[in-house]
Amino acid sequence: MKLLFELSRPGRGQELLPACDVPEFAFDADLLRQTPPRLPEISEVDLERHYTQLAKRTHGVNDGFYPLGSCTMKYNPHIDEEMAALDGFTRIHPLQDEASVQGCLEVIYCTEQLLNEITGMDAVSFQPAAGAHGEYTGLMLIRAYHQSRNDLKRCKIIVPDSAHGTNPASAAMAGFTVVSVPSNAEGGVDLDALRAAVGEDTAGLMLTNPNTLGLFDPNILEITRIVHEAGGLNYYDGANLNAVMGRARPGDMGFDCVHVNLHKTFSTPHGGGGPGSGPVGCKAFLEKFLPEPRVKREEDGAYRFFSPENSIGKVRSFYGNFLVVVRALTYITVLGKEGIPEASGTAVLNANYLMHKLQGQYDVAYDTTCMHEFVLTLEKLKQQTGVSALDVAKRLLDFGMHPPTMYFPLIVHEALMLEPTETESRETLDWAAQVFLDVLEEAKTQPEKLHGAPHDCPISRPDEVGAARNPVLRYAFE
Amino acid sequence: MANIPSELKYTKSHEWLKQEDGLSVIGLTQFAVDALGDIVFIGLPEEGDSVTAGASFADVESVKAVSDVFSPVSGRVAEVNRELGDSPEKLNQDPYGAWLIKVEAEGGAEELLDAAAYEALCAQEEA
Repeated sequence: MKLLFELSRPGRGQELLPACDVPEFAFDADLLRQTPPRLPEISEVDLERHYTQLAKRTHGVNDGFYPLGSCTMKYNPHIDEEMAALDGFTRIHPLQDEASVQGCLEVIYCTEQLLNEITGMDAVSFQPAAGAHGEYTGLMLIRAYHQSRNDLKRCKIIVPDSAHGTNPASAAMAGFTVVSVPSNAEGGVDLDALRAAVGEDTAGLMLTNPNTLGLFDPNILEITRIVHEAGGLNYYDGANLNAVMGRARPGDMGFDCVHVNLHKTFSTPHGGGGPGSGPVGCKAFLEKFLPEPRVKREEDGAYRFFSPENSIGKVRSFYGNFLVVVRALTYITVLGKEGIPEASGTAVLNANYLMHKLQGQYDVAYDTTCMHEFVLTLEKLKQQTGVSALDVAKRLLDFGMHPPTMYFPLIVHEALMLEPTETESRETLDWAAQVFLDVLEEAKTQPEKLHGAPHDCPISRPDEVGAARNPVLRYAFE
Repeated sequence: MANIPSELKYTKSHEWLKQEDGLSVIGLTQFAVDALGDIVFIGLPEEGDSVTAGASFADVESVKAVSDVFSPVSGRVAEVNRELGDSPEKLNQDPYGAWLIKVEAEGGAEELLDAAAYEALCAQEEA
């Protein structure tokens, strides 16, 4: 496929701008570039075809099964898109007077109330633009809390070894030292190791529950109690909220603040780099530190922006990714009080159904009832046949399936992590299970076929090592 | 089975250690680089930085994952193998030649294994 630069022909550009109706401003010569930028010049139809071709070579939820663990690639209902496309939500400006965007403020306010109910928190800020951004914001709240008490020795954040890589990264970004605690044989937090790790320097704990193994930690109340008794706070990474929404609340598990990935749990197309939304919720005692602006409802029914008393400030421009919030509000209100727990229940049922179909043929890393996702280990298969988790993942592409998450969590060797989500039908799950079993059979009988996979995709194996070591980041003009 | 030179000492976290001109030379074992796969980046400390036995002093990134490298000794970094910054593939090609750092050790060594004990550990991890 040709690049835009290769399609470019001099003079074929589009002159779509209307004639200038304001006086031209003459910049100083030293501010102007010497040569014009070499932008591609392409007709609209060729440009359209270029992007359509690119789109045809990708695989999204609308193309087929997408069991990417820890990413909740559920189908995004159309009605969410319709609501987010309404003029009243799109044809506005962030500096508009708040009296003229009352509906938008109401969206933020209502979504906050619903998220409070779902997470068991008391207040929410919608500023963070995605999950890791929410983690960072939550950690800044924890830091502000300890500082406000003049408790300045609390510099360590405890993270289990099964955590998302973003957890230790966010903690380091927020200026903390990261302490890793090991998992126990059941895949949960090792309580003795946690007790040994906490102390006067503990700022807090970051935890995903269910964790990245797809397991709900049965010791969750004991875990959060140990941290609280040591004087630390508990942060809930909401990446896996889809497994428990409407059924269990982080606020009831002993967490003090959370982030929620609206784009995963409450539907927005993602996986292409955004936009996301990672609102942060907290208990009342942290509310005064939340980023500003937040929205309140006055006695006269009007909605207004306000800044919390000891706000950590802004973590992003304006109000966060507002249209993702519109989609989340639509999703939650359409599903309602019955639909939300039904969705999480079906997500868990689907994962267990698929796991049981594969069990006995594939090795499940933790042989127990899972939540919304589960992890396979292909270590034995690799020893016996030379076929790795990577080979299996690449072969799945030939069958029109997006591969599961690979080589994560790090504590499971040759890991494949599957999250089917609640939006897949039994027929799709049966089909996917059969594909997995067929690929396993191939691995045993014709391993070389898997080493060379995929065979039927637009490209086979990109040179990932070459791309990482010698990235080509711009077009090389002759 | 990965190559495990008998003259080196090893950690349970797959670093190797040898003494040279009064300095402790630290690298990654072949077992470690084989498990990581093709290494594409390594983050190394600066000369003069202090390292602590059992604590991370560097991170290596492969196509699969980013992993910490732990120091077998405490002390001050005397020399850093800067060459690895531009050519991390040397770690895959020659793990026992591509040392990471040389440390002026000030005691506090982690429990070290000899080649036989390390080989047993690797065999156990592979099983």
